[in-house]
Amino acid sequence: MAAETRTDETDFGEVSRLKDRVFESVTLAAALFGIVTLAVLLVYVTVDAVGWLDWQFLTSPPHPLAEEAGIFPALVGSIVLMVLIALVTFPLGVGAAIYLEEYASDGRLTRFIQLNIANLAGVPSVVYGLLGLGLFVQLLSFGYGTLLVAAFTVSLLILPIVIIAAQEAIRSVPDSLRQASYGMGATKRQTIRNVVLPRSLPGIMTGTILALGRAIGETAPLIMIGVPTTVFGVPNGLFAKFSAMPMQIYTWSSYPDTAFQYGVVSAGVVTLLVVLLSINSIAILIRNKYQTERS
Amino acid sequence: MTQDMTTSDPDESDGTTASTSPDPGGFSEARTQTTQEGTSTAPTVVESRDLAVYYGDEQALQPTTMEIPEKQVTAIIGPSGCGKSTFLRSINRMNDLIDVARVEGELRFRGKNVYDEDVDPVALRRRIGMVFQKPNPFPKSIRENVAYGLNVQGKEVTDEAVETALRRAALWEEVEGKLDSSGLDLSGGQQQRLCIARAIAPDPEVILMDEPASALDPVATSQIEDLIEELARDYTVVIVTHNMQQAARISDKTAVFLTGGELVEFGETNRIFENPEHQRVEDYITGKFG
Amino acid sequence: MSDATAPDLSRRSGQNTREFAYRAVFFVCALLSILTTLAIVLTLLGDALTFFAEVSPIAFLTGTTWSPANDPVSFGVLPLITGTLVITFGAAAIALPVGLLTAIYLAEYASDRVRSVLKPAIEVLAGVPTVVYGYFALVYVTPALSVVFPTISTFNALSASIIVGIMIIPMVSSISEDAMSSVPDSLREASYGLGATRFTVSTSVVVPASISGIASSYILALSRAIGETMAVTIAAGNTPRLVDLTDPAGVFLNSIQTMTAAMVQLGASDVTGQSLAYRSLFAVGLTLFVITFLMNLISEWVASRYREEYR
Repeated sequence: MAAETRTDETDFGEVSRLKDRVFESVTLAAALFGIVTLAVLLVYVTVDAVGWLDWQFLTSPPHPLAEEAGIFPALVGSIVLMVLIALVTFPLGVGAAIYLEEYASDGRLTRFIQLNIANLAGVPSVVYGLLGLGLFVQLLSFGYGTLLVAAFTVSLLILPIVIIAAQEAIRSVPDSLRQASYGMGATKRQTIRNVVLPRSLPGIMTGTILALGRAIGETAPLIMIGVPTTVFGVPNGLFAKFSAMPMQIYTWSSYPDTAFQYGVVSAGVVTLLVVLLSINSIAILIRNKYQTERS
Repeated sequence: MTQDMTTSDPDESDGTTASTSPDPGGFSEARTQTTQEGTSTAPTVVESRDLAVYYGDEQALQPTTMEIPEKQVTAIIGPSGCGKSTFLRSINRMNDLIDVARVEGELRFRGKNVYDEDVDPVALRRRIGMVFQKPNPFPKSIRENVAYGLNVQGKEVTDEAVETALRRAALWEEVEGKLDSSGLDLSGGQQQRLCIARAIAPDPEVILMDEPASALDPVATSQIEDLIEELARDYTVVIVTHNMQQAARISDKTAVFLTGGELVEFGETNRIFENPEHQRVEDYITGKFG
Repeated sequence: MSDATAPDLSRRSGQNTREFAYRAVFFVCALLSILTTLAIVLTLLGDALTFFAEVSPIAFLTGTTWSPANDPVSFGVLPLITGTLVITFGAAAIALPVGLLTAIYLAEYASDRVRSVLKPAIEVLAGVPTVVYGYFALVYVTPALSVVFPTISTFNALSASIIVGIMIIPMVSSISEDAMSSVPDSLREASYGLGATRFTVSTSVVVPASISGIASSYILALSRAIGETMAVTIAAGNTPRLVDLTDPAGVFLNSIQTMTAAMVQLGASDVTGQSLAYRSLFAVGLTLFVITFLMNLISEWVASRYREEYR
C-alpha cells in the first residue's frame, strides 16, 4: 500500500529551503553583529588616537592641558599592580586547584567549595570593591587607595577565575601518568611536584595570564577602595598611592573638553588595549607552544 | 596477510561480488532481477552501481554493486568497520552530514541516481525512513515523537495516523492511554519500537535499519525481529546487523561485507548461509574470521 | 638476625607529617574561597545593619527618592532598582536573541573552520574592559543615536543598554552553544532521517533539547548586566529617578542611575567612614549582592538539569 499509490516515482521533488536559508543568514548576522560593532568602534578610537598617542603621551604625567597630558604614572601603576596580583593569585589559585583536583574526595564540602567558587566568579566587581573598602581599608587599615589594598582586592576578584583555569589544566593530565608515578613508589606530594605540575604548568600559566588581562581592566573596585583619580608619580612602595590606566581613562572621560574626550582618552584606551592584547598574546603563545609540544 | 590472499582471488570476487549483470540504460521501475539464483521476481527498489565512499583519504566502501528487492528484508552483515553502515547511510544520503565524506559511483532509487545534481537529499529522506542503532526518541511525548515526521513533512497529524503507526510498530497496546508521557520513560525495546513507529508514520517506501537491536536484551530483540518481518509486507527493509543468526532468521537476501569495505557475496539468505561461494564468507559465517 | 632479609616496608619517619602538611596548605588555599564569600557577607552586613538601624529596611526598599549626600537626605532604593532594570531590560533585548542565534549558528551551521575563527572572536567581546565600553557608549554610540533620536541626552540609558548588551553576548552564546553541542547527534540524525531541514532540526530538536542550558545562560547574562558598573556609570549618568513606564522614549533617552553607578558615585566622593551615606553604600551593595548571588545560584541549578538530561 505504500509504493503503489505514488505518482512521482523518480522525481523526488524539492523541499523548500527558503526558511533554512533565511534562518542561516539571520543566525550568521547575529554571530557577526557584536564583532562588527566592536570592530567599528575600535577603528574609530584608533583613528581618534592618531596624533595623540606618542612618546610624549606615554612618558608624561597627567596635565590639565590636553597637549601635555600623559599616561606614564598610570601605565607603570597598572603594570606594578598586575605583577603583585600575579604573585598573590598564582600560588593561592594553584594551591586551591591542587587540593580540589588531587586531594579532595567528591564529598559535600568539595561540592560546596566548587559551587562557591563558581558563584564568586559571578559576583559584581563593584562588590569586591566594597569588600576591599570594608576589610583592607577600614578593618586592617592598609590605607585608602594604596597599592597593597588594590592588589589584594583585585586578587580576590580574579582568584576564582585562576582556580577554575588551573583545575581544568590539572584535570587534563592523563591519569596514566599519575599511576606510573605511584607505581614507582612516589608519594602524593612527589607525584604532584614531579608529574602533575610540570605537565599542567603551561595550561595554568595561560589561564592565569588571561585572568590578569581581566584584572588590568578592572576599574570599579579601584574606585571603591579610594584609588586617586590623578597621580603624578610612580608608586614607590606597597603603601604608596598610585594610579592605574582604567582609573585614568575614567577620570579623563568625564572632562567635557573635546580634546580630552576624543584625543587624550582615545590614546589612553588604545594604550590599555595594546597592553591587554600583548598580555593575551603571551598567553596564546604559551598555549600554542604547549600544544605543539604535546602532539 | 598473504595466507588470507588465497581465499580472495581477485578474479573470483570480481565475478561474483555483484548479483547483477550490467545493463546500462534499461532501468524500468518493474525491472526484475536477473540474479544467478533466478528465483526472485520482486522489482528492484534500490540499486548501487560501483558505489564507493571515502572519509577524507580513507576509503570506507569499495565499489559496490547490488540490487535491493521491493518488500523484502535485505540484511547486510559483516565484522565491525567493514563498511556496512556506510553503505546503509549512503542510501538516504545521511553521509552528506559528515563534512569529509565523498561518494563515487551511483546509488539508484527507483532508477534515479540519488547523487545526481538535481536530487534534494531532504526530499529523498522523506521517502526512505531510518531507524538507528541506539534508540533515539526525542525528549518529547510519545505522541509528539510519532507525529514529528508528519509535522516535518507537512503532513496532517491525526490521532488515527499516530495510532496506526504505533499499531504497526506493535507498540500501541503498551502505550495506549499514556501517549502524553515522555518517550524517554519507555524501556529500551519500547523506545526502539517508538523510533520505528516514528519512521513509518510518514509512510516511507524503504526503511533502513542500522543494527536496530544491538542495544537491546534478547526478549526486546525478538520482538523487533518479529516486527521487521511484519513490516516487510508493506515496506522494503534494509537492515545492518552483526548478528548472523538474526540475518538468517529474518532476511530474504543477505549481503556479506568483509574488512576493507568490500562486498564479497550477495544472494538469497538461505543459499549464503548454507552454501556460500567464497571461502572467506564461509569462514566468517562459521566464526573462523571476523 | 633471622629476619634480616625481610623487606623494610615501614613508613619513613616524618613522611606522614610532611604529606599531611602539604595537604593542609592546599586545603587552606581552597578554603580561602569560602572565607572570601564569608568576608563579603560580613563586610556588607556589618555596615548595612548599622545603616538599617537608622533607616528602616522598608523605607529603604520602598522609598522613591535617592539622595544620600544632599539635604534633605533620602535613602529610597527604588529609583536605583528601576534604573538597573531599565539597563538590564535593554541589554537583554539585544543579548538574549543575538546570543541564542549566534549559538545556533556556531552549533548547527558553521563549518569547523569558521567556528574556530568565530568563537574566539566573539569571546573577545567579553574581554574588553568595561571602562572602555563605557567610553565607547559615551563618545561614539550616543552621538550616532542622536541622528535617529535628536532629543537624546548626553548621558542616556539607551547607549548604555546597547553596549552592555553587546558585552554580554558571549555569556549567552558560549553557554548556550555548550548546551547545544551536548545534544546527542543521534537526535539530529533521527530528525534528518525523517527528511528535516537544518532549520527544522535546529528549532524543533536542538533548541528544545538544550532549553535548560539556554535558560541558564540567560539568567547568568542578566545577572552580569545587573552587576555591570563602569559602562553604565560613564554612559547612563547619575540621575536617580523612578522610571515612568508610560513614556518608554523618556525612559531610554534620558539619564538614569543604576545601583552600581550610585555605589561608584558614593565611593568616589569624600564620604567619611562614619556617615550614613557611607553606610548606605553597603546597603545598596548588599541588595546587589543578594540579587546577583541568587540569580547565579538559580542559573547553576538550571544548568545542572541539562547535564543530567544527557548523562
